Amino acid sequence: MSDGQTKKKFFYLNRKAPYGTIYALESLEVVLIGAAFEQEVSLGFIDDGVFQLMNNQDAAGTGMKGFSKIYRALGDYEVRKLYVEKESLETRGLSVDDLMPITYEDEDEDYAEKPSIVVVDKAEMAKLIADQDVIMSF
Amino acid sequence: MSTLHTVNKSPYERNAMTSCLGHVSAGDLVLLIEDGVLAARKGGSFAQALNAAKGACKIYVLAPDLAARGIGAGDVLEGVETVDYGGFVDLAASATRVCAWL
Repeated sequence: MSDGQTKKKFFYLNRKAPYGTIYALESLEVVLIGAAFEQEVSLGFIDDGVFQLMNNQDAAGTGMKGFSKIYRALGDYEVRKLYVEKESLETRGLSVDDLMPITYEDEDEDYAEKPSIVVVDKAEMAKLIADQDVIMSF
Repeated sequence: MSTLHTVNKSPYERNAMTSCLGHVSAGDLVLLIEDGVLAARKGGSFAQALNAAKGACKIYVLAPDLAARGIGAGDVLEGVETVDYGGFVDLAASATRVCAWL
C-alpha cells in the first residue's frame, strides 16, 4: 500500500447458495469493501457456495435482485482469484463449464483476459485456508 | 501458525462440522460452540468423525453451551476438552487466524 501499511491476505469463504439466504450478497459487498482498502483478496467457494457462480442465473421471476453479474466485475477491483472446490462441484453434479466465465485483464501481459476461477481439490483448499491472515465466512 | 476453527451448527442439521473437519490442517484447533456442541455428546453418530479428527487437531467444546443444552461434563466425548469463555479467548489469541464454519 502506498502509505506503507501492511497488506494482509483476506480470504472470503463462501458456503451457501445465493438467494435462499442473504449470505452470498453480503459476502460480495464485504469483498468489494476489502478490495477498496487495497488488501490482497481472494475468494473460496465450497459446499453450496459453488452455486453462487452458476452461469445463466435469472432472479427476475423471484422478485429479488439478481447479483451474479457482480462476480464478473470483480476483476476490475483486482479480485482475481476465485477458488472453487472440485469435490463440492462434483457432489452437486457440476463442472467448471456450468460456471460463469469470470476473467480479469492481466496488465503485465498486454491486458490479456485470464480466467479468475481456479478449481482446487479439498486438500488444496485446506492449504489456502492455512495460508491466510484473515478469513471471513459467509 | 495454526488455525482456530469454530463450528456453531448441529452436525445433525447442517454439514458445517463435516466440512470443517475436511479442511483442517495438522495442528489446528477446532472449537464447537452454540448448537455445534451437540456433536460432542457421547454416543452420538458424529463421535467417530471427531475421534478421527483428534489425531491431527485438538477438539474443544464450550462449557456454557453444553450446560445450556443439558449435556453434563461426564457426557462429553473423551479427548474433547471443555473450555469456558476465557478459554475461548485464549484459543483465539493463540491461533494465527480464526475460521468460522456457519
